[in-house]
Amino acid sequence: MLTRTVLQQADVTRALTRIAHEILESNRGGSDLVLLGIPTRGVLLAERIAATLEGLEPGSGTVGALDVTMYRDDLRGQPTRTPQPTKVPPGGIDGKTVVLVDDVLYSGRTIRAALDALNDLGRPRAVRLAVLVDRGHRELPIRADFVGKNLPSAVAERINVTLKEIDGEDAVTIVGRHSSEETR
Amino acid sequence: MSAGLTHLLSVRDLDRETAIGILDIAEDMADVATRAVPKLPTLRGRTVANLFFEDSTRTRLSFEAAAKRLSADVITFSAKGSSVSKGESLKDTAQTIAAMGVDAVVIRHSASGAARVLADSNWIDAAVVNAGDGTHEHPTQGLLDVFTMRRRLHGAGSRGRDLDGVRVTIVGDILHSRVARSNVWLLRTLGAHVHLVAPRTLMPSGVDAWPVTTSSDLDAAIADAPDVLMMLRIQSERMHAAFFPHEREYTRQWGLSDARFARLGADTMVMHPGPMNRGLEISAMAADSDASVILDQVTSGVSIRMAVLYLVLSGGDE
Repeated sequence: MLTRTVLQQADVTRALTRIAHEILESNRGGSDLVLLGIPTRGVLLAERIAATLEGLEPGSGTVGALDVTMYRDDLRGQPTRTPQPTKVPPGGIDGKTVVLVDDVLYSGRTIRAALDALNDLGRPRAVRLAVLVDRGHRELPIRADFVGKNLPSAVAERINVTLKEIDGEDAVTIVGRHSSEETR
Repeated sequence: MSAGLTHLLSVRDLDRETAIGILDIAEDMADVATRAVPKLPTLRGRTVANLFFEDSTRTRLSFEAAAKRLSADVITFSAKGSSVSKGESLKDTAQTIAAMGVDAVVIRHSASGAARVLADSNWIDAAVVNAGDGTHEHPTQGLLDVFTMRRRLHGAGSRGRDLDGVRVTIVGDILHSRVARSNVWLLRTLGAHVHLVAPRTLMPSGVDAWPVTTSSDLDAAIADAPDVLMMLRIQSERMHAAFFPHEREYTRQWGLSDARFARLGADTMVMHPGPMNRGLEISAMAADSDASVILDQVTSGVSIRMAVLYLVLSGGDE
């Protein structure tokens, strides 16, 4: 089994800083922005981007969490998933520009579930998607607006995102494995 | 990833981690109720059958509300006005329901162990949730009670917490109470101390083997300032013999009267599984006070049952 590090700590930080700038640019400022991270690691990434936004334009770093477990299309025939809390900022999402944040964009099914979950929370003015890694192999017509790193990969490979809050260090690695071990 | 549940038959099947997992998912389900659209698509296309061989309003409605909030289809069967009154057995009823195609069965039955019999049988291939079997157990009631206690004690910081050191006093008809049994075992799993107060005639003979302390003196128990005071219903439908001389005597000795309520500590919460006999085991003043969490228990019931239905219906078909 071959492990290759694609992004190191400084690369992750730079990518997130660039994404924060791009969000401000495309939103023409920091007004009415809400970042919603998708648990588990998407929430941490959203908090980091929000902290950067706050430094650039105070008041623009509104952040929350959006759990999509109950909206997934693969709940049957898989081990039971434990839902995580959804935290919507006090101002809600109606009329806001919501930026969904996740670590890896792959099939697009998680984002599909997130769009359904958002629909039950309110009506944002627009929804954007920021991901640290886009690894391709989409199964749905979904694309990211802000990408940390495009990482063409084989289906048999596994992309691991580790973050220092949970895993002790920031890194993105590719692990080559047999397709029978593929878990997604 | 926690393990899913195959069935929910008894709280004694739940270890501490699993029990806290259910309570935490119920916290998320409670949040859903506050949203613009208080509904989740999770169980779309699944069917839940409510088999109620014994009267119940709140439990049946609560399970129905929980299943519908998760977008499941619900079919309800009540023994009254059904083929059971024509002599149909549990087996035939189960097989009939199975032939209609259901994914989960919520069963209430007057016979202790009925849910276990159904789960162990090959009459039906569905998850079984015990909604009260005779004088044995009522697991979702136990879960909603500890959920209500945890929320009142820890508020928004409830997730992941147990009830270590919490002192709970349960008063009344312990003998016939499946609610008391489910609470006793679940509270012990979560680290709470349980004290039972009842007339000797309404204390089960095997109570010495339970992880509890017992007495028949309610005034002394109240003077002890428990964190939780749970009053049980006097179940006239199960009182086939004289367990106490007169209702008035029961009220005088074991009822939560206005005078006893006034002596309770400021932080003591008052619980009752419902339906209440106001004026018999609990006074209207106690039931309607700020110390009472009786309506919170009803609200918690829907959240807990959503969590349980999610856990028994998601996960592996492997």
